[in-house]
Amino acid sequence: MTAYLLKRLAIALATLLLASMVVFAVLEILPGDPARLMLGMNASADQVELLRNQMGLNAPLAWRYLHWAGGLLSLDFGRSYTYSVPVIDLVRERLAVSLPLALIALALSTIIAIPVGLFSASRRGRAGDTISMGAAQLGVAVPNFWFALMLIYVFAVWLRLVPAGGFPGWSAGIGPALKSLLLPAVALALPQAAILARVTRSALIEVLNEDYIRTARAKGLPYRTVLWRHALRNAMIPVLTILGLQFAFLLAGTIIIENVFYLPGLGRLVFQAITQRDLIVVESVVMLLVAAVIAVNLLVDLSYAVVDPRLRSRQ
Amino acid sequence: MSLLDIENLSLTIGDTPILKDIELSVAPGEVMGLVGESGSGKSMTALTVMQLLPHAARATGRVTFDGIDILAATEDQMCALRGDDIGMVFQEPMTALNPVKTIGEQVAEGIRWHTKASRAEAEDRARKMLDRVGLPEAKFPMSRYPHELSGGQRQRVVIAIACALKPKLLIADEPTTALDVVLQAQILDLLRDLVAESRMGLLLISHDLAVVTEMADRITILRHGEVMEAGDTARTLSEQFHPYTRQLAQASMHVPARARLHGNETGRPLLQVEGVTRDYPGRRPSLFKRAPGIRAVDDVSLSIAPGRSVALVGRSGCGKSTLARMILALDRPTSGTISFRGETITGKSQAELKPARRDMQVVFQDPYGSFDPRQKVEKLVAEPLHVLEKKPTRAERHEMVAHALHEVGLDQRDMDKYPHEFSGGQRQRLSIARAIITRPKLVVADEPVSALDVSIRAQILDLFAELNQKLGIAYLFITHDLTVARAITDEVLVMHDGKIVERGKTNEVLDHPQSEAAKALVTAAPDLHRAIARRMQEQG
Repeated sequence: MTAYLLKRLAIALATLLLASMVVFAVLEILPGDPARLMLGMNASADQVELLRNQMGLNAPLAWRYLHWAGGLLSLDFGRSYTYSVPVIDLVRERLAVSLPLALIALALSTIIAIPVGLFSASRRGRAGDTISMGAAQLGVAVPNFWFALMLIYVFAVWLRLVPAGGFPGWSAGIGPALKSLLLPAVALALPQAAILARVTRSALIEVLNEDYIRTARAKGLPYRTVLWRHALRNAMIPVLTILGLQFAFLLAGTIIIENVFYLPGLGRLVFQAITQRDLIVVESVVMLLVAAVIAVNLLVDLSYAVVDPRLRSRQ
Repeated sequence: MSLLDIENLSLTIGDTPILKDIELSVAPGEVMGLVGESGSGKSMTALTVMQLLPHAARATGRVTFDGIDILAATEDQMCALRGDDIGMVFQEPMTALNPVKTIGEQVAEGIRWHTKASRAEAEDRARKMLDRVGLPEAKFPMSRYPHELSGGQRQRVVIAIACALKPKLLIADEPTTALDVVLQAQILDLLRDLVAESRMGLLLISHDLAVVTEMADRITILRHGEVMEAGDTARTLSEQFHPYTRQLAQASMHVPARARLHGNETGRPLLQVEGVTRDYPGRRPSLFKRAPGIRAVDDVSLSIAPGRSVALVGRSGCGKSTLARMILALDRPTSGTISFRGETITGKSQAELKPARRDMQVVFQDPYGSFDPRQKVEKLVAEPLHVLEKKPTRAERHEMVAHALHEVGLDQRDMDKYPHEFSGGQRQRLSIARAIITRPKLVVADEPVSALDVSIRAQILDLFAELNQKLGIAYLFITHDLTVARAITDEVLVMHDGKIVERGKTNEVLDHPQSEAAKALVTAAPDLHRAIARRMQEQG
């Protein structure tokens, strides 16, 4: 187990190092001079040169990489060119929206998907299965912005249960903040739940054909008990894989939903930074997301080992 | 009074009739053998008793267990019976246990479920049961996972689960088919003891007539879902009144007619294996430790003359398949050399191996798993042709495939079919056709008939014998089944713990084994004649 853990950890760290080099290199290659951009088109060449020196843009590449990477480690991401505030403050502010949103959406999607998958798999080919998988098909097919608009129409405009958009900030209290995240979380969760339910179903169906399910039934356990105790855990590996991928998506890929609900999330920050060539923000957020994805993957790898003893004893 | 009574049982799945008017009974303390070839409905009969049939199955007739009408019982009533009064053991021990739960949990689960005992109590009983089936605490703590056990050990766990609550009836569906003969004998002994201990009724399902004869008091022979003959085991099998019974008995002892070989032994050997050893590195329990390695094959030397048929017999895990893989150049020896037709093949590159590959082909055990289901027979059988020096044209290829199919007794029209359109025996013919299409000098066959029914097995053995005579192909048969070795080979090599411990003429070695390993194999191997004789003697 320790060997497995250490190996996974080493792989994660190596990936992170490599990713940081790639991110740094790509943004170096991109055209556009941040100094010129900050000073505007009318600045003289001397002024630009001065600022470049100030920003350390003229230093050798390796030195700049080390400086940048060292900064990342001490959570010093530099200053945003456009907002003129430390990037870390921007990111922290946005994460306070995006992270809870992603977690709520992920939890919702899991809570919906696993029972639906179990239900469908246990009634394979019968009416219940057809209906729930049809619904899942619909969930995958419907664009989430349209679904979000429908949610706003029903719950905000018509029933007036929740605000139609915006985020009051956590300072306004946990209740109102959560309330404003609820609809976007549902809008995000539903398509994810649809995918996850399908994965859960097919993984379960495969497991339900295994001989050990028959052994468990021959012990006298009722079908439902066998489903929960014997089948579900064996079907968890593909489900965990998809969950890991979904978390990464929910953290950063939510720009459309953030726009629909007017939420100040990470997705919108990246989008604005890209359009304004605020490369230092782009760089930092991309690195942060890379780190998050790697961390989630590590977590998924470790949970494989928790679920499946065969992975623990293998090297 | 009977414990289990099956009367007029008919079963359909969808519109397909599976069973017709089955009659069968098991008394307490009695062993009833249910024999038949695959698809004859043995397992379906068992699953009907357990009520674990597929959804579309409809059963009619009467099945009474201990006074309970099984066909009318509710699912709740069945759950109360299963695992408590009726236990079941399945064929495939490698997959019958849940891989993510410890063996202790899996044995204790049924006990807790039925007796509502506390966890500690249930675990205590599970421990005793595991001891009983020969898995003592010291070597097999309850915290072991199934993947840490061998096939035979896993089957003991499955038996422990089935017998944990001392069932009145145990149904064992091919409980030893996947095991080697020595393990088989041990498991059969265990079942016999459990029956004697608590007057348990045992319904033993097998396609192996010899196994059933050794075990069963009475026997029921099934074919195409119908009972052909039923009665006292010794009488049924000695009189062989019913033609199908006779056919089964003859097929299970079938020896193909083979002309004696001419003096070919003095010539240059076709295959020469010298001092071959294969080590596998040990597992790594942590980053800084490594368990000692495993020597799968230990200093093995052997040679096969052209046209000879040689058996490599041994228990599972003795290294015979590893040795075969090295002979086929699919694996590299740690030390030693293998030469084929006088040329060394160890350490050669894939390109250099091509000529050797052409003259050396392989037939695997599982005719289901060794074909790509999405390709037509023509392409599958033509697969080895890519090792030929000159690529055959389309027409030539077609001709060669047609010829190979003809030689194994299939029709050349079969070329456009897909593998699933063939039966198990036909599929094994296809793999033989694939093996002989390059006109090889040596065919390595890894348990080529153990997945087949007795009558199909007899036909395939005949085919092997015929090809040996006609084309002069030498064989290396890898098997744990001594009847196969006796039927078709001239020489036998007995392998144990990676070493060849005995070698000689097949009949001499099998009739008068010298080494411990060979003796164990010979005594454990079920033999129909011997089993009938013993039964007759017991009954006077």
